[in-house]
Parts: sequence; structure tokens; C-alpha cells
Amino acid sequence: MKVSELRELIQAENMTPALSEDREITCGYVCDLLSWVMAHGDEGMAWVTVQTHMNVVAVAVLSEMACIVLPENIRMEAESLQKANDEGMAVLTSPLTAYEICGRMMASGVPAHN
Amino acid sequence: MSELMKASYPVEAADYTSAGSASADIKRRLKKLGISGDVLRRVAVASYEVELNLVIHSLGGVLDLSVYPEYVQLVSTDRGPGIPDLSLAMREGWSTANDEARSLGFGAGMGLPNMKRNADGFDIQSTVGVGTTIQMKFNLT
Repeated sequence: MKVSELRELIQAENMTPALSEDREITCGYVCDLLSWVMAHGDEGMAWVTVQTHMNVVAVAVLSEMACIVLPENIRMEAESLQKANDEGMAVLTSPLTAYEICGRMMASGVPAHN
Repeated sequence: MSELMKASYPVEAADYTSAGSASADIKRRLKKLGISGDVLRRVAVASYEVELNLVIHSLGGVLDLSVYPEYVQLVSTDRGPGIPDLSLAMREGWSTANDEARSLGFGAGMGLPNMKRNADGFDIQSTVGVGTTIQMKFNLT
């Protein structure tokens, strides 16, 4: 599943429209503890989190994730979005809850692990 | 053995805004040297963990990168406060992170175990009142 397809699946808004949505999503994850995500993050991951500060982008980039997904219409602050744009990390925000986002990803065949 | 590259990054205590900039630069430099894939990812994750440890737990320190033909070496040296019980600090889930760190989503107690898991060689030495040194090696061959 591409980032563009995930955006449609979870009715999300792309907060980094300047970036390509062609990146392939190979697995999904949900967690708000960054240090936990550092230990379990993986390449190509779509990561659902309510955290929006700068370190979120750093974790996603270092783990070579496909995108960051914010649930419940949470907005990422401008400073973090700038960093996401600079680093080429797509950020989506969806009106759905984290639970429903993950449910839809799972039902569409996005696995928990690569 | 001759070094291909050497770089040193001072890391300040509680500087959450710049946290990750050393790791990002290390990743960029290694990429330029043609290092990629699994090794690059493991170095990136471990360097971020050790950089965040300096920010969260230390009084400030330095992260040193050295690249040799056979391996990448990361050495973190801080100015204290030192770790009283290393075996406890190495245990997954154990953390002494403060409220500020926890509010940002850190402090899961995964940092040191995650470094050890990602590195091919891991050594930690700590003296209370003096400081902590962490050495990690990542094989390139």
C-alpha cells in the first residue's frame, strides 16, 4: 500500500503535500512512547502516534519509516512539519481514532512486521 | 588501522530541540561513504539512543564517531552523574528519566538494551560522580 492509498483509506489529510505519496508502506505500528518506538520501529512503517514534537520526526527518519499518522485530527506544529518536509517524511492526519486507523490498515493487509 | 573518517559532537543536557541532530549528521556522513542497509539503520538507531541518553540523563557530554575500513565506532563520554547500578540500567523497562523527558515520550527504559541489541560490540563503564562511557562497534565486513 502506498502512502496515497493509506491517506484515502483513513480519510486523512496530507500535512506534507510537497512530498511524494508514492512511498510503499510495508508494516504498521501504534505507540506514543518514543523510546519504545526506537526499539521496535522499522523500515517502511506507517506509525500512528499522538505525539507531534520534533523528536517524532527524528525517530521516524532514523528508522526509515514510510509515514507518520496522527489520529483524531491532531495537527503537527509548524516547526516539526518543517523538519518532516526537510527530511522527506510524510505526515498524515486522520479524523479516525488510532484504534480505527490500525483496524483499517490491518484489514487492508498491512502487517504488523516486515 | 587508518581511519576513514572521524567526527565529534558535543551534546548538551536537556537540549530536546537539538536532540537527534548528531545522529542525523552521522547517518548522512555514513551514507556518503557508501554505507547502507541494515548497518546504516542500526548505527542510526543506536546513535540516536545514545544521543538521547546524553540529553536525558547526563550533565552533558560528547559523541565521537570513527569509521574504519572494517567497522564503525561510536563512543559516548559524559561528565556525570554516573550510573550507580549498571545491571539495573541495562534492564528493559527500567528508567530514571524525569517528567520532562517522559512528557515527550521518552523514558521507556529501552535505551541501553536497544543500543546493545543494535551494535555488534557494546561496552559500558560508569563511575558515580565521574561519568559514563559507552562504546559501540558495528561491523562493516
